[in-house]
Amino acid sequence: MGKLPKKKNLADKVRKTKTSTQIKNNPFEVKINRKKFDILGRKSKHDVGLPGVSRSKAINKRKETLLKEYKTKDKANKFIDRRFGEYDTKMDPEEKILQRFSMERQRTQDKKNMYNLNEEEELTHYGQSLSEMEKLNDMVDSDDDADEKGMLSAELTASHFGGGGLLRRKTHGETDNGGNQRAKSRQELIEELILKSKQEKRERQNQKEESQVLTEKLDQDWKSIQGLLAHKNAPKADRHEEEDKPKLDEYDMMVRELGFEMKAQPSEKMKTPEEVAMEERERLQKLEADRLRRMTGDVREDCAKTQAHMSADDLNDGFVLDGDDKPTLAYQDGKWNINEEGAKIEGDDEEEEGGEGESGEEESDGEEEEGSDEDSYSDLDSEQESEGGEEEAEEEEKDEAPATKSQLSEEERKAQAEAAKAELPYTFKAPESYSDLKGLLQGHPADHQCVILARTQKCNHPSLAVGNKLKLQKLFGFLLEYVGELASRSPPELSTIDKMIPQLYGLCQLFPEAASKAMQMTLVDSAHSMEEVLEVKGRAAFPQLDMLIYLKITALLFPTSDFRHPVTTPALLYISQALTKCPVMSLEDVTSGLVLCCLAVEYVSFSKRFCPELINFLLGVLHLAVQDKTSPGYSVVPPFRQNGKVSDLLVLSDPESSQTWSKKTLPLSATQTLKLTTDLDTDHYRLSAVATCMDLLKRCSSLYRELASYSHVFQPIATLLSKHLPIKTYPAALQDLHGEILAAISGSRTSRPLLVFEKKKPIPFKLFTPKIVEVLDYGKRRGNTKEEREKERLNHKYKKEFKGALREIRKDTRFLAREKLNEVMGRDAERKRKVKELFGSLATQEGEWKALKRRKNSRH
Amino acid sequence: MATSKRCNVSSENLTVNDVKTPKIDINSKVDLIIQSKKHANDVFDVLEYLQSEKEKNVVCAINGCTKLFSTLLERGDMYVGQLPKEELLIGGDRSADEKYCMFMRHRYNGCLELLLEHISHESYQIKESALCALMQFAAMEGKFPLQDMDWSEHYSFPRELIQAVVERLLSQEEDMALLISRFQEYLDMEDVRYYVMSSVRANVGRVMDKTKGAVMPIYQNNVFALLSNINMPSQESELTNYLVKQEAKHEDWKAAKLKEHKRAFERLWLGFLKYKLPSSMYKKVLVILHDSILPNISNPTLMIDFLTAAYDVGGAISLLALNGLFVLIHQHNLDYPDFYKKLYSLLEPSVFHVKYRARFFHLANLFLSSTHLPVYLVAAFAKRLSRLALTAPPAALLMVLPFICNLIRRHPACRVLIHRPSAADEVCDDPYLMEEEDPSQCHALESSLWELQTLQKHYHPDVAKAAMAINKPLSQQEDDISELLELSTYELMERDLKHKQSKTVPLEFDPATQLLQGSGGVGVLGLNFSLE
Repeated sequence: MGKLPKKKNLADKVRKTKTSTQIKNNPFEVKINRKKFDILGRKSKHDVGLPGVSRSKAINKRKETLLKEYKTKDKANKFIDRRFGEYDTKMDPEEKILQRFSMERQRTQDKKNMYNLNEEEELTHYGQSLSEMEKLNDMVDSDDDADEKGMLSAELTASHFGGGGLLRRKTHGETDNGGNQRAKSRQELIEELILKSKQEKRERQNQKEESQVLTEKLDQDWKSIQGLLAHKNAPKADRHEEEDKPKLDEYDMMVRELGFEMKAQPSEKMKTPEEVAMEERERLQKLEADRLRRMTGDVREDCAKTQAHMSADDLNDGFVLDGDDKPTLAYQDGKWNINEEGAKIEGDDEEEEGGEGESGEEESDGEEEEGSDEDSYSDLDSEQESEGGEEEAEEEEKDEAPATKSQLSEEERKAQAEAAKAELPYTFKAPESYSDLKGLLQGHPADHQCVILARTQKCNHPSLAVGNKLKLQKLFGFLLEYVGELASRSPPELSTIDKMIPQLYGLCQLFPEAASKAMQMTLVDSAHSMEEVLEVKGRAAFPQLDMLIYLKITALLFPTSDFRHPVTTPALLYISQALTKCPVMSLEDVTSGLVLCCLAVEYVSFSKRFCPELINFLLGVLHLAVQDKTSPGYSVVPPFRQNGKVSDLLVLSDPESSQTWSKKTLPLSATQTLKLTTDLDTDHYRLSAVATCMDLLKRCSSLYRELASYSHVFQPIATLLSKHLPIKTYPAALQDLHGEILAAISGSRTSRPLLVFEKKKPIPFKLFTPKIVEVLDYGKRRGNTKEEREKERLNHKYKKEFKGALREIRKDTRFLAREKLNEVMGRDAERKRKVKELFGSLATQEGEWKALKRRKNSRH
Repeated sequence: MATSKRCNVSSENLTVNDVKTPKIDINSKVDLIIQSKKHANDVFDVLEYLQSEKEKNVVCAINGCTKLFSTLLERGDMYVGQLPKEELLIGGDRSADEKYCMFMRHRYNGCLELLLEHISHESYQIKESALCALMQFAAMEGKFPLQDMDWSEHYSFPRELIQAVVERLLSQEEDMALLISRFQEYLDMEDVRYYVMSSVRANVGRVMDKTKGAVMPIYQNNVFALLSNINMPSQESELTNYLVKQEAKHEDWKAAKLKEHKRAFERLWLGFLKYKLPSSMYKKVLVILHDSILPNISNPTLMIDFLTAAYDVGGAISLLALNGLFVLIHQHNLDYPDFYKKLYSLLEPSVFHVKYRARFFHLANLFLSSTHLPVYLVAAFAKRLSRLALTAPPAALLMVLPFICNLIRRHPACRVLIHRPSAADEVCDDPYLMEEEDPSQCHALESSLWELQTLQKHYHPDVAKAAMAINKPLSQQEDDISELLELSTYELMERDLKHKQSKTVPLEFDPATQLLQGSGGVGVLGLNFSLE
């Protein structure tokens, strides 16, 4: 510490003695701040520093402020001498006085007029006073002419702007004028300009007026001549000029009407049969593709949904401006794709379409009748007349028709039925209840029933009246019920049902919702009753023939291959329930079961879905045909039992009967009652059942070929077929079938690749448009928004300031400490010096005294 | 009071009967008898009515008898102690009062016999009234004992009467289930229950010894009906409802101690189960075993023999025995060797079709919930279940698929069953041996669950979706199968129907013209069946 002030003193000394340039050039004084990277084009304030200089500056400053404060620390008052140059000895007294005077002036002046420019001074431009020029400007501006359309005259522009041109012009003008008016003042020049432009304006106005007058005159002339011309061209029209006017209007109206009327557009050309076929094929292909899509099910649908379009500007915050669910307006199958909201429109369209579809066939069979019975029934004629017109009258009459019909006696009814189609009325009231429908259809042969239904449909077409839609929707339910009743009659009237299928199909196409609801209700009711029986007994009887028919109709009306369908899925569940819960007690049950199996195969044949109950049941049925039921290599699944009183149901009583057997289809009515009189018949029936079963097995085996556990699914069946079934006693056809199935099963691929998870699709990066941020200051951290940046900047500044202040405080304390030390050392040195002095004086005293003494002694 | 006299009276009364309705007649006679000893002989008429053909009369007579003898018992007009023979009564040198008491006691005994016979009457109403009357008498006898004993030493309870009633109830020819359920009202009384239990035990032992242990379905059904109607109290403090209140030393009475009750109950069941039972009875017993028998037995481990025997029977009985075994293993520290092996062999195709499916899978889920099971075992279970799933109905599939997935979740080492990346392209036959009984030898761990892959093509959309789960790594969270256990096909169907489709119903686009026309593919039905 002792060294430091000395050194400083030295530095101060150096600084004081040397000029600033000298110091800067002295390499020992300069400290260069080394830069890590040289950046072109950047200037740095701090590349060179003069530590000595800055330090001494800082020390001086402290000496002036801090030290003084320190010195006057405990002192309360002080005098401040503000006299100018009082202690400055270098200054001359006169100069001092001058300065003091100027300071006085300044104080009085204050700072009021700091920005006042000198008023006396005039600003000029080309020697002209600017203030004057401003005045002129205003004048020119006010003279702006609208007619000029914004174009300024060349002179004007020249006078305002381009100085050069003006200069030149001036020189020209000077020469022209002959030099006497050498310097036309700017004011004059502009006045001249104004005059000129005003004149021009007036002239233009005059011209305009003149031309207008001329035009008017010309018009009048033309009118007088026009009369002559028209007279020449059409003398009659001219004569009745005023009368003609309304006629002309009519004509105009016609013209306008024609103009607004749709222009004849080229109609679609007649299609060749090939084209029609092609279109039909395309339509079917489209429908087929649709079916396949539905078959794969919701899984794909969901995927499709999730892969919604994502905008590049999407922030992935889940915000959607407006949902995708908004239906887009599009055409689908030639119809507007508007859902429930537009049901009316859609319905109408559909109905019309449907109507057209039916009318074709109906008309064809309607027409042939018309010829024959138009004359014979006068009352019908009236009906026909009213058909197009009022609905009410028609309905009243229709009311009567079934009523009278039901009242007819049995014989009459028979007679009527015999009287063939001729007797059928043309209009029918839509049945309000099931009994209405029954009344309507009863007593007619199947064909007539169809015609009645078709006509009912046509008469009550939804497009004809408001309530018709509802009526026809109900009709589907009634018809379904009627079909059920037909099926449950004994013997079942299956051929009638067969004829009604097109009607059902047509109605279903018209009202898919109502049809599906009716079908669902039928299924649920039956399933419910079966469930109730199951809960009580644990097993149930096989569904009746009507249910079987319903199931078949379901398959005809609705697509069976859909992954999930509101009707076919429950229907298949119903089949499954029946196949698992209904024990086989008789040959009728076997037949019912086989029908159900056939239906199950039909249901899954397109989609190739796996139905375990089907295989179980077929296995069980075959098990019924096995004679020796001990030690099987397979196990049957309930409802079948390994052993039991009915487990020999299909075992042939006499093996010989197989020789007289020939393949024929089983009757559907056998599900209800089977009349087999002889043992031979029974055996034949058994063989037919086994044949059906084997046929189904063959189909199943080809359906499920692709399944992973194909071999395990069919393994019990293979065991049964190869080891237990008495195939030797069966006819040759069956033996062939047997061989085929076995070959198919044994020829299947048993080995499979081991399971692994599906490979995850790599999730693609989201590709967004880059966010561009303007980078203004490189190399510094910055926030995103302006506020953040500002905050960052202030933070940084604050930190810097804080550090600086801290450093300054440290330096201050250091400085003070040094000063204190100096003080102390100074005091010590002083004391030492004084002590030394004292000692010295004492020593001299002593010396003097001794010398005196010595001298005394020597004297002695 | 000779028999001849009785006849006279009855013949006389018959004429009166024509005028009066039997009910009024009986009631008036009963009142007369009660009022004075003079009319004592009218009791014969009342008893006559008891044997009447008409149901109404019998019921009235029973009511009358009840009233009559209850009053007499209450009054003490009944001979107490050893009863001398009726023939000796005339000659004996007893006082008139004493004779009257003896006479009435004899009539009472006769009435009891008649009532007991009526318990096996064909009319239920008579049965019921007879039973009620008998129990009423039992209550009265308990209060006013007919035995001549020192009642400070003994507890008065009409044991003989109860025993006789029980004997009648446990008929060997007739199903008495209905009457027994009526009897349950009395079984709620602690003392009745106690004595009924001991008398049933004696009865079972006697009857079964007589038939040398052969199966007697009706008798055993009756016994079971009676046994299953016994509701044991769970705490000593619940023993409050008594038919007969004992004045002295009530606390020491055996019927008032829960421990004694339990012991009697246990001996009763063990005695019943000792003999061979029809298989339906086995099922019934096993169904109630775990919740109404085992907790009320003082030493449940005694049931081990029965349960292990039942577990070895196979089929549904084994499934049911599981529940009882589980209680023993879980709460009574039973160590059952090869338990899992046995459980494994229980897995058969029928497991998905039986009534007790929910119960079985609930238990199987419990047994397999331990994470300390060896991997091979769990893999064997998973593989076997999935193999069996190939024959299961959709409702069962919806339950068993999550079940299998849960197994794999619990035992991550089993994940190779659905994910074996080391041999991704390898093709192999299924090494799993279905016939192997021992889960450790069946090579399940080397196999894959191809069956689930097959079920992905199942016709029911929910099943297919559930099977799809194995295509991706399984989630950590286990599926809750408790709600799926009871799922039936009908419920599934209803669920499908509730499944609302927002879109329109898709329709078949091939126009249908005939009933047997093929849909989707070939008309299989049309090929095999004709419209006849």
